[in-house]
Amino acid sequence: MAALLEVAKLHAAYGLTRVLHGIDFSLEEGSIVALLGANGAGKTTTLRALCAMVQTEGEISFAGTRIERKATEDIVRLGIAHVPDGRGTFVHLSTEENLRLGAYVRKDKRAVEQDFERVYGYFPRLKERRHQQAGTLSGGEQQMLAVSRALMLRPRLLLLDEPSFGLAPLIVREIFDIMRAINKSEKVSILLVEQNAAMALDLADRAYLIETGRVVLSGTADEIKRNDAVRRSYLGY
Amino acid sequence: MDAFLNQVFAGLATGGIYASVALALVMIYQATHHVNFAQGEIAMFSTYLAWTMIDAGMPYWPAFFFTIVISFVLGVLIERIIVRPVERAPVLSVVVVFIGLLVIFNSLAGWIYTYTIKVFPSPFPTEPVHLGSHLFSSHQIGAIGVTLVVLTLLFAFFRYTPLGLAMRAAAQNPDSSRLVGIRVGWMLALGWGLAAAIGAVAGMMVAPSVYLDPNMMSGILLYAFAAALVGGIDSPGGAVFGGFLVGVLENLLGAYVIGNELKLSVALVLIIGVLVIRPSGLFGKIHVTRV
Amino acid sequence: MTTASSKHWIGALVVLLVLCALPFLVSDYHTFQLTLVLVYAIALLGLNILTGYNGQISLGHGAFYAIGAYVAAVMMDKFGLPYWLTVPVAGVVCLAAGFLFGLPALRLEGLYLALATFALGVSMPQLLKYKHLEEWTGGVQGITILKPDPPFDLPVNQDQWLYFFTLAVAIVMFLLGWNLLRGRVGRSLIAIRDQPIAAEVMGVNNALYKSLAFGVSAMYTGIAGALGAIAVQFVAPDSFNIFLSIYFLVGIVIGGLASIPGAIYGAIFIQIVPNIADQISKAAPWAIYGVFMIGFMYLMPTGVAGAIRIAWARVRHRSQSRGKRQ
Repeated sequence: MAALLEVAKLHAAYGLTRVLHGIDFSLEEGSIVALLGANGAGKTTTLRALCAMVQTEGEISFAGTRIERKATEDIVRLGIAHVPDGRGTFVHLSTEENLRLGAYVRKDKRAVEQDFERVYGYFPRLKERRHQQAGTLSGGEQQMLAVSRALMLRPRLLLLDEPSFGLAPLIVREIFDIMRAINKSEKVSILLVEQNAAMALDLADRAYLIETGRVVLSGTADEIKRNDAVRRSYLGY
Repeated sequence: MDAFLNQVFAGLATGGIYASVALALVMIYQATHHVNFAQGEIAMFSTYLAWTMIDAGMPYWPAFFFTIVISFVLGVLIERIIVRPVERAPVLSVVVVFIGLLVIFNSLAGWIYTYTIKVFPSPFPTEPVHLGSHLFSSHQIGAIGVTLVVLTLLFAFFRYTPLGLAMRAAAQNPDSSRLVGIRVGWMLALGWGLAAAIGAVAGMMVAPSVYLDPNMMSGILLYAFAAALVGGIDSPGGAVFGGFLVGVLENLLGAYVIGNELKLSVALVLIIGVLVIRPSGLFGKIHVTRV
Repeated sequence: MTTASSKHWIGALVVLLVLCALPFLVSDYHTFQLTLVLVYAIALLGLNILTGYNGQISLGHGAFYAIGAYVAAVMMDKFGLPYWLTVPVAGVVCLAAGFLFGLPALRLEGLYLALATFALGVSMPQLLKYKHLEEWTGGVQGITILKPDPPFDLPVNQDQWLYFFTLAVAIVMFLLGWNLLRGRVGRSLIAIRDQPIAAEVMGVNNALYKSLAFGVSAMYTGIAGALGAIAVQFVAPDSFNIFLSIYFLVGIVIGGLASIPGAIYGAIFIQIVPNIADQISKAAPWAIYGVFMIGFMYLMPTGVAGAIRIAWARVRHRSQSRGKRQ
């Protein structure tokens, strides 16, 4: 059976600067895959390429459909929710308005209201601040909001770009625990980009190591964790 | 006292017109960071369309609503066809295109309708209204009323409807908007459509007082610029407040200080003053440029 | 390179001879129109210095033209001063006015400067009609001045003399501009336009250059205004409205931004269109201007001058490669 997401020979460039030089990877439905690598390796670019936010060459298939020529707005409608690096919060709108926008493309109104409750269940702090201007939330709360907004889509695939960035370890753990729960209970597949390799490998099923725009290592999370080179360079022991 | 109140009231009436056009300007500015120099001329042209319908025998209010719809479509078309290709072009190119639109609409009106002024009817009765012991022009009250209705409808639209929310989102953060599936390009076009529709209402409300001719809106556009800047060019609420403020100020200064012939210079002074002293206006956001 | 520049000088001389011969070959009215083309060419060069080379958008240059025109008219009508004196005086007055306007304009970027100058352009007629200035400006009626006679009993009529006078001033202004723009000043202006922060860091005094650009640009347009007033023999507030400023903008866009010959092509364009289109309708010329403005922004953003430059480069490239193949 074909994987939910299949990426082959993916090249990407910002203007004249090529950043990805032929990336291959796949993601099975219901699994969590981590893309690891140092700063500038091309991890964020990969996620942006999946959402048609950069110029790309190559093949991207989602649930059997080729999506590399589609526009971002249409890719969203296929069920891919992207939580960008920097969170992409609508800072002048309220928390609740941010969440409502997450469900913008959905037509099932009653289910959307239920999803509000579900999301507030995961992150009660957001419910407390529902009418507050989103830009005034703390970093951790904005990350919760960004993830929740993505969940409001009821996505099949969740793209998470550096969710731990700039957050206290306790908050990161909280968010990662909820990611695990969402993956298990709601069968949301997750593609995770992380610099914090240790936390990512704890959450993920499979991982790919990217260096200067190429996949240099791939395998199950356990295999990657035990790999000597990875241990030394990325896990610090 | 009576005369003073009348001046203030008249100022509120024209202020409502300025507020509407200023709001249209701010709506487009918020979404694109461009000032639509052609806003006034498009509104003037819409008013001529209304005049054509009324002249052909259509009753006022149907013509009014048809004009709003046609102006909306016109705004959408202008954005999609003429503005979109220069969306990312340098400022000068965009300014030139807008001035080109200004010129085209102005000359189209002159060509089709000639430069002789035309009378545009008011839907409100000609007898003045008594409020307490003061006399007020029915048209002025009516114009203020229509303006307030339009502004309230817009506010409700943006605040409480999903489409309004999407438009606000697209204006503030186009990248994140795409990530939730909003078609940002069409939101922009809708914004233009709404702006054109608001402009049409403003034109139809002001035409009975100043008579309809192709150059009817150029002074009003200037006041609207002043209002938008005073209020804060990225603040819709500020634009509305600024509009009423500028209207009253213009009338009071014209009546008591500088005389009616120099009233436009009030706008000029306000514009330059705000730009030099406090570019973000009363309610706008202060922008910092990154090196 | 000497052969190339001597070719240029020969070409320029030929053009000059043709220009001098023209008034004797065409009617007085056409000579008058040619004079206006020269007048607008000077104004357009002025606007181009500010907007084309220095990137400061002005939608209000009609105001400086108006100031120059009124200076000339008031000097001749109220003080009886000779026409030729009004030109340098208008230049100096507008240099100062432009510089003064340029100072607060320093804080305004692109769009906001366009807004402020637009406001200036729209309010100019009202300012000119100001009651308390009426004894100088003639109020709504304006001022009429007499056409000057050719000096030293030269065998030319008034229109022809005005043409030569204007041509002489135009040549001086263009040579001055060419000299200014091809040297360090021109490069600094362009640097400020394209990379203002880098320019400042490299030692260009942005504030000084930008204000000077405004002043010099206003000076050119003011001189054009004075010459225009003398040619038309009439100034009145309503002829200096926002459409005059837009007229100039059309000229530099069609002619070519940041180009000296562009000022000439633009002036020819804006003068010719009404001649052809006026018969269709009074409004037709402006409809044409508008369509051309937008069209040029999409299709020929470097204007006629740019198109000529590109075509010329292609011709030269083809003849070079043909030469190589032989």
